[in-house]
Amino acid sequence: MKKFKKVMSLLLVAAMIALVGCGNSNGSAQTGTTDNAAGTESAGDASAAEENAPAQAADGEVFKIGAIGPSTGSAAVYGLAVQNGADLAIKEINEAGGINGTLIEYNFQDDECDNEKSVNAYNTLKDWGMQMLVGTTTSGCCIAVAAESANDNMFQITPSGSSVDIINNNDNVYQVCFTDPNQGVGAAQYIGENAVAQKVAVIYDSSDVYSSGIYEKFVQEAANQSFEIVSAEAFTADNKTDFSVQLQKAKDAGAELVFLPIYYTEASLILTQANAMDFAPKFFGCDGLDGILNVENFDTALAEGVMLLTPFAADAEDEATQSFVSAYVAAYGDTPNQFAADAYDAVYILKAAIEKSGAAPSDSVSDLCEKLKGAMGEITVDGLTGEAMSWDADGAVNKAPKAMEIVNGNYSLIQ
Amino acid sequence: MSFISYLINGISLGSVYAIIALGYTMVYGIAKMLNFAHGDVIMVGSFTVFFAVSMQGLPTAAGIILSVVLCTLLGITIEYIAYRPLRGAASSLAVLITAIGVSYFLQNVALLIFGANTKAFTSVVTIPAIKLAEGQIIISGETIVTIISCIVIMIGLTLFINKTKAGQAMLAVSEDKGAAQLMGINVNATISLTFAIGSALAAIAGMLLCSAYPSLTPYTGSMPGIKAFVAAVFGGIGSIPGALIGGIVLGIIEILSKAYISSQMADAIVFMVLIIVLLVKPTGILGKKIQEKV
Repeated sequence: MKKFKKVMSLLLVAAMIALVGCGNSNGSAQTGTTDNAAGTESAGDASAAEENAPAQAADGEVFKIGAIGPSTGSAAVYGLAVQNGADLAIKEINEAGGINGTLIEYNFQDDECDNEKSVNAYNTLKDWGMQMLVGTTTSGCCIAVAAESANDNMFQITPSGSSVDIINNNDNVYQVCFTDPNQGVGAAQYIGENAVAQKVAVIYDSSDVYSSGIYEKFVQEAANQSFEIVSAEAFTADNKTDFSVQLQKAKDAGAELVFLPIYYTEASLILTQANAMDFAPKFFGCDGLDGILNVENFDTALAEGVMLLTPFAADAEDEATQSFVSAYVAAYGDTPNQFAADAYDAVYILKAAIEKSGAAPSDSVSDLCEKLKGAMGEITVDGLTGEAMSWDADGAVNKAPKAMEIVNGNYSLIQ
Repeated sequence: MSFISYLINGISLGSVYAIIALGYTMVYGIAKMLNFAHGDVIMVGSFTVFFAVSMQGLPTAAGIILSVVLCTLLGITIEYIAYRPLRGAASSLAVLITAIGVSYFLQNVALLIFGANTKAFTSVVTIPAIKLAEGQIIISGETIVTIISCIVIMIGLTLFINKTKAGQAMLAVSEDKGAAQLMGINVNATISLTFAIGSALAAIAGMLLCSAYPSLTPYTGSMPGIKAFVAAVFGGIGSIPGALIGGIVLGIIEILSKAYISSQMADAIVFMVLIIVLLVKPTGILGKKIQEKV
């Protein structure tokens, strides 16, 4: 239906121009601009970035790092965090004299969490001269873009794209965050080992790779743990506003904990609806729930006590986290979430890999990728999202997860 | 016990579908066109309430009135600018395509003004929930208001059509446009009135929808719009009681198939039932068989 509508709307624009002619030319022009709003906006971004650094762009003596993520749309919290996190790291590196004395140029493109727009953003960045990609932010888009970057042999490191399909068969792609299976396994182990609950219900999005990936591994690992899954219900992208049935089933099954391997938009609805039906289990999620406190007009009291496994806590006491958080708040006026930290780490991982391999900005995209791939297997990086992060040949990261709980409207680390 | 909860949820969801379906069915009955922009008028209505109440701090009642007035004007304007010039002159396909275009236009305007971030809608209903059977069945205030509004709207609309001159004029136009015009009925004004009523209902449906499922995006109206269109076809497009029956049956089937068959197959089952009904009774449950004159 959506495709059909899209085709029809294109026909409409043509028909309006043909039928209505000059009389309504304002109207049709307007439709045209709104359809292309994303395109013009991103073109604007690109030209702005070029204007900022006209001198450096001339002789190829900079590393050009591109990033992609949804800075508008239903997952905008993630995209903006990635945009700012990477920006902060790059500014820091440039102020400190760059990587091996070479400065970095940075360009971020919006993909609205849409696969097609994400590939378009990738092509825009390629035209701009990108040499390495930090992105994309969400799994679905990342799978689409990874297929393109593998063709070009462009080095890609995704801060938060967690699906296994991103790194499978794409040896140019590396992850900063855990893969979905690892999150599912980690969540099941955490619930079991800490005896958080005995009866667990799951609500997941069967039309989303991130959610169903975590769900499958969670169920597998749950068999080895002391708790029992009493209800597992799915929803789909076309039917994600009414959760009364899924919640009723969890309630009837006597669930003490509801596991939500989903994104925060739907989770905020689930919390609201559970509250309306007097159902107050413990809610437990993965990194997709990070951002739930930023949903516009959402009553954050409902999220009180929600637990999530995510590798970054803004209130952690260590010095690296503290200085990152204060710099981020000063620059962007918002407390950073896990995605910002992932993106910040991604840039520093790139830096470590470039330094290790001795890659130079004059290398071709493909040569650069080969050098960095060699370096990734050897480096260990201490970042915000994990100590001594290392990578296997597939591109998956090894690090330990952290559990957090929402207390007084803030994420806080469970010790 | 949970069966009763499911049934109540189904009726509540179905009531929203029914109110939206009324807009489709009235416009189809009178103008013989499918107004695919109807779902997006719902979204505009919800955004108006959100803007007035949550962003500007106006009282809820003012927000509701503003939303109904704005949607009514929007409905009339859309009809006047986009559909009226095509009526009679162009094929019905052209009008259909225009409607899809208007739908995209409204979505993109909302996207430009409000951005695509999901907004949590503050419920316009303040009635507390009713608890039955020692708290095992909870009927939310939204559910009660939705079902009551659906019944009130249905009765009001039936009285309006059967007892008032304007309503009779609508019936006449739906029977035969040419003959109605010869009898002195202003066909254009009657069609405008239909759009006005349909869009006002869309505003109410939007508020009820977003109160029950409090997430608001520029695409909020599109899926309920399609489901309500199915409900209208299911009940017999062009028939007002048909829209009520179609909507409620659809809502119940959706919730019960989620509960007892598969939560992810609910949509597939809903559309399968539609296909079966149309195979058995091509005009829908209450649809009239119209003999085409050759």
